[in-house]
Amino acid sequence: MSIQPQDIIRRSATHSATPAPRVRDHQLEVAKLIDVSVCIGCKACQVACSEWNDLRDEVGTNVGVYDNPRDLSPKTWTLMRFDEYENESGRLEWLIRKDGCMHCEDPGCLKACPSPGAIIQYANGIVDFQSEHCIGCGYCVAGCPFDVPRISKEDNRAYKCTLCSDRVAVGQEPACVKSCPTGAISFGTKEEMTEQASKRVAELNTRGYEHAGIYDPAGVGGTHVMYVLHHADRPQLYRGLPKDPRISAVVRGWKGLMKPLAAAAFVATLAGSFLHYVGVGPNTTAEGEED
Amino acid sequence: MKLCGAGAAGATALALGFTPSTAYAVQSRQYKLLRARETRNNCTYCSVGCGLLMYSLGDGAKNAKASIFHIEGDPDHPVSRGSLCPKGAGLLDFIHSDSRLKYPEYRAPGSNAWQRISWDDAFARIARLMKDDRDKHFVERNDAGVLVNRWLTTGMLCSSAASNETGVLDQKFTRALGILGMDSQARVCHSPTPAALGPSFGRGSMTNNWVDIRNANVVIIMGGNPAEAHPVGFKWVIEAKIRNGAKVIVIDPRFNRSASVADFYTPIRAGSDIAFLMGVVNYLLQHDKIQHEYVKTYTNASLIVRDDYAFDDGLFSGYDPGQRTYDRSSWNYELDAQGHARKDPTLQHPRCVINLLRQHVSRYTPDLVSRLCGVTLDDFRHICEVLAETSARDKTATFLYALGWTQHSSGSQIIRGAAIIQLLLGNIGMPGGGVNALRGHSNIQGYTDLGLLSLRLPGYMDLPSEKQTTLDQYLAQSTPRELLPDQVNGFRNTPAYFVSLMKTFWGDKATRANNWGFDWLPKWDKSYDVLAYTDMMYEGKVNGYIVQGFNPLAALPDKNKIQQALSRLKFLVVIDPLGTETSTFWKNHGEQHDVDSSRIQTEVFRLPSSCFAEENGSIVNSARWLQWHWAGANPPHEAKQDAAIIGGLFTKLRELYEKEGGANPDPVLNMSWNYIVPEDPTPEEIARETNGYALADLHDASGRRLARKGELLSDYSLLRDDGTTASLNWIFAGSWTQSGNQMARRDNSDPSGLGCTPGWAWAWPQNRRVLYNRASLDLDGKPWDPRRKLIEWNGQRWTGFDEPDFPVTVPPGSAAGPFIMLAEGVGRLFSGGSLVEGPFPEHYEPVESPIAANPLHPTVKQNPSTRVLPNDSARMGDRRQFPYVATTYGITELFRHWTKHSRLNAILQPEQFVEVGEQLAQRKGIVAGDMVKVSSHRGYIKARAVVTKRIRTLEVMGEPLDTIGVPCVWGFEGATKKGYLANALSPAVGDANTQTPEYKAFLVNIEKI
Repeated sequence: MSIQPQDIIRRSATHSATPAPRVRDHQLEVAKLIDVSVCIGCKACQVACSEWNDLRDEVGTNVGVYDNPRDLSPKTWTLMRFDEYENESGRLEWLIRKDGCMHCEDPGCLKACPSPGAIIQYANGIVDFQSEHCIGCGYCVAGCPFDVPRISKEDNRAYKCTLCSDRVAVGQEPACVKSCPTGAISFGTKEEMTEQASKRVAELNTRGYEHAGIYDPAGVGGTHVMYVLHHADRPQLYRGLPKDPRISAVVRGWKGLMKPLAAAAFVATLAGSFLHYVGVGPNTTAEGEED
Repeated sequence: MKLCGAGAAGATALALGFTPSTAYAVQSRQYKLLRARETRNNCTYCSVGCGLLMYSLGDGAKNAKASIFHIEGDPDHPVSRGSLCPKGAGLLDFIHSDSRLKYPEYRAPGSNAWQRISWDDAFARIARLMKDDRDKHFVERNDAGVLVNRWLTTGMLCSSAASNETGVLDQKFTRALGILGMDSQARVCHSPTPAALGPSFGRGSMTNNWVDIRNANVVIIMGGNPAEAHPVGFKWVIEAKIRNGAKVIVIDPRFNRSASVADFYTPIRAGSDIAFLMGVVNYLLQHDKIQHEYVKTYTNASLIVRDDYAFDDGLFSGYDPGQRTYDRSSWNYELDAQGHARKDPTLQHPRCVINLLRQHVSRYTPDLVSRLCGVTLDDFRHICEVLAETSARDKTATFLYALGWTQHSSGSQIIRGAAIIQLLLGNIGMPGGGVNALRGHSNIQGYTDLGLLSLRLPGYMDLPSEKQTTLDQYLAQSTPRELLPDQVNGFRNTPAYFVSLMKTFWGDKATRANNWGFDWLPKWDKSYDVLAYTDMMYEGKVNGYIVQGFNPLAALPDKNKIQQALSRLKFLVVIDPLGTETSTFWKNHGEQHDVDSSRIQTEVFRLPSSCFAEENGSIVNSARWLQWHWAGANPPHEAKQDAAIIGGLFTKLRELYEKEGGANPDPVLNMSWNYIVPEDPTPEEIARETNGYALADLHDASGRRLARKGELLSDYSLLRDDGTTASLNWIFAGSWTQSGNQMARRDNSDPSGLGCTPGWAWAWPQNRRVLYNRASLDLDGKPWDPRRKLIEWNGQRWTGFDEPDFPVTVPPGSAAGPFIMLAEGVGRLFSGGSLVEGPFPEHYEPVESPIAANPLHPTVKQNPSTRVLPNDSARMGDRRQFPYVATTYGITELFRHWTKHSRLNAILQPEQFVEVGEQLAQRKGIVAGDMVKVSSHRGYIKARAVVTKRIRTLEVMGEPLDTIGVPCVWGFEGATKKGYLANALSPAVGDANTQTPEYKAFLVNIEKI
């Protein structure tokens, strides 16, 4: 479970010709499973997250709902979203979803990020922000199909859940997982979590939730944070959880089509600069600007 | 310049993915706990008692000053298994709250500011004020000349989050001084639990334990909301669901967080629970869904009741309308010449208990339940059917309840309702069964066990009254005679428990000649529960008040009355880790607390105390586990541990009495206080004192030595009434023995697989984990359900995975019943004269009722035994002016008025709100987020409106009825947005048996502002 430079399998804005050293790729893939059907929305995970990560968001206001803080922020990396839903039989359901980074197998944020090494993915599947390298451009926000990263106004860098990479690195579960009173959040290998999720779905089927299912969307290559949903046929019920999340066309374009073109343009520019230097000599500035 | 140019080019190159190798430094966060010192503790908030790992700065080296910087759950803990709720997970910000008190402070009469004082000055001035008041107002003899040794003009509120060891000092301190106006949070919280469960089963506490909930087939959550109030305990409800296929049913005025994961939810009108439960009893009897053999052998179903017992038109026999009390003598069994109850094993006698019960509940038809409670007929029937399935021998239901049942004018009788159902279903003593009181504060169970209530002593003994003028008379009246032959009748040993307590109180000064110091105890004339006592304060009859870890301005009913009461004190001493509303009651906080400091003449002392993380000691969780915890740091700045504060004050008072004499100094000077440092007793020496010692060599009848003089006692069976043993609390005997501190044990193995971990900590009594476990087997010792076998008879003795709750050598088939603390040995469907308003529960309306009449008996609307004090009766509202039912509660993010001081928790629910149903909101033009004003006849609050589908308009007695949810967790101090104390709304009337306030059903109005 170590996390070292050689454990990185993907690195933002890094050319495949010069990838991160990634020879240590024989690792267990980890996953967090959120069983919405036994979540009571107590927010222990919110507190445990902030406490472990030394974050203290502002004390906000109430706008007539239980949700608080009202949204993810640079200092709130996970939060509960509450929805009151009257089902077909007229019975009330209080659907409560823990929101936060999904740690996509194919992370849109990483793909979109123009700053080398600002977003990395470890061999265990965790997608982590290396804020030191973040340039605050916000591309990760646009690239995320789940609307998770937030840019801090204080330091102009992006923040999100790290899946407690520092805890996982020493073999511990993330802080939210440990705290969860009802066991609605579990942590283990992706394989084990998938297996556990299937059992939960089967149990929910026996309780009348015929559309119960696992949320591990293929559009992003699957996720290292999965949900068990009672209404997996309608994930939108859970505060707009996307039914079929995908990385936006613009980001795919940037990575797929645009990037080689841009690289070619860069090479052309570089070549032009070189010719300019050879032909015209170095650019100069006024003396006063030196200091 | 060239460097800059290269940098710019580099950035572009980076942007395109050509990466220089130097940028590979990975900034992954270092693991922050690597060599930090780890200390074990238990959460200080609720009664689940979750295990904590606290990490502090430094590795324990002498030169490093420890400061706690991280707390997470202890994965070894059998209940919490590493989990913490949002309160527990945020403990760090309580420890380091901006509201932590750092120095002793003083507020002069009329002043609007604190001034810092030294501890010496604080102790000296407080002791002087106390002594002057005691000397002036101490009542040594009452008007009739009887020695009563009581001091009524100064009182004390004790903290139910402090450790047992602090509680022991509280008990000794107050009783030495003669204080009767002493109470703890148990009064406003769970007092009806002992009042109901004690008479039903023998002991007044949670019957089973947290982990055991997972063995249930049906979980009934009513009068409680464990997902919200005990989230980690609720883990085992989810386990029951997932591992056991259990059905979880929530019956509550609000669709709450427990309901969000339940299989079935039905709303119920707040204040109508007894009708619902008696309807269930009626269903079970009508449909013959009871565990017949259990009911016949293990309950008092077959015992015959006196023929002068009656119930007519809402009143039981013996009522005196002038006194509003009953002569309860007719509520008893018919006795034979030996004083034993007559019985009819055929259950045919018309006056045997089961037939009287049948008759009593026959009025609670499904139709009546539906109309009175606002529950649909279908929902009611469904719940009855699911519950009835557990009358099978291999099925159990568990009832989980908390303040939603206790905080009613008939709270004790609601709990009795559940006790009756569970006895009929054969669910008491069974793993996965029980009536499980989920206590509130982390040590409210311990403070109850230690008798920190106005008229109690440790170990569920009563303080003698002024009518019990001699020791013999007191003991005769406190020691029950068996009501059936050959019963264990555990309280028959009361004299041994009491004399051992007296030996602890008075040490060598307690002798046979002076009746073990009996005369020095204060004797009471009436209850000085905190409602009665604050009423005295309101009338100007109280001069001094010590408030330890309690926030009465926020916690007691009718805040505006409490405010006036506090203003009439001469002096108030607040001992607390935090700056509470009570401590600044004299200060103007704007509209939320608009007072004129200059007109408040109370002297106020504010003494900073340690918190849980800064002390060693034990607390008792809801499952009666005494768990030992360790300090991870010292108290901040000048704050002191509670023991040092009580110790400091008491030694100062004793010095004054030694020097000056004064009103009866004997109890003050004779109270044993033989601690190594009297000003600062250690928890360890107090814990050993609580367990108790042999004061002489103890031998059994055959002369075998059981304990040497000076040894710690191994269990309460060693206690003697001849002065040769000392034990402050007989039920804690065995907690610290010659083998060491049993409360600190940490073996979490569960050999039975039934969630029973007898090697973890220590449970009273005698380390038993499921009470009445003998009742999980039939008379012949065969388990009702072989898969739930905790104990068995091995041919010679009872043995098993749990400690048998039965004399280990009394064989199967003997006459002794499994409810060993009751004089008849069987569970009580009919509770005799134990409760003030009747031997069976009866539905009475809340004191502020939203309906015109009680349909069961129009002439008796409310509980005929309710005490409404004259000052309060004028403050009651009526349904025309206040048409909505309000119910108050906590929310999972915030624990009472405490965690609003913790930044992490304040972030979660930063601003005061009330909950309003969509239909009512629409009628009132209220939309989510609006400011609304909620008012009762006593005061008002303003808060944000949470408009929700989760509170419905109910149809009650043919008319629509709305409920307004009022969380009581905000105030004008702390890290949240400034709010109102919600108890401005609630009425100062309590449960008829215990005076626990009726917070769960009263009348209000609501307007958009």
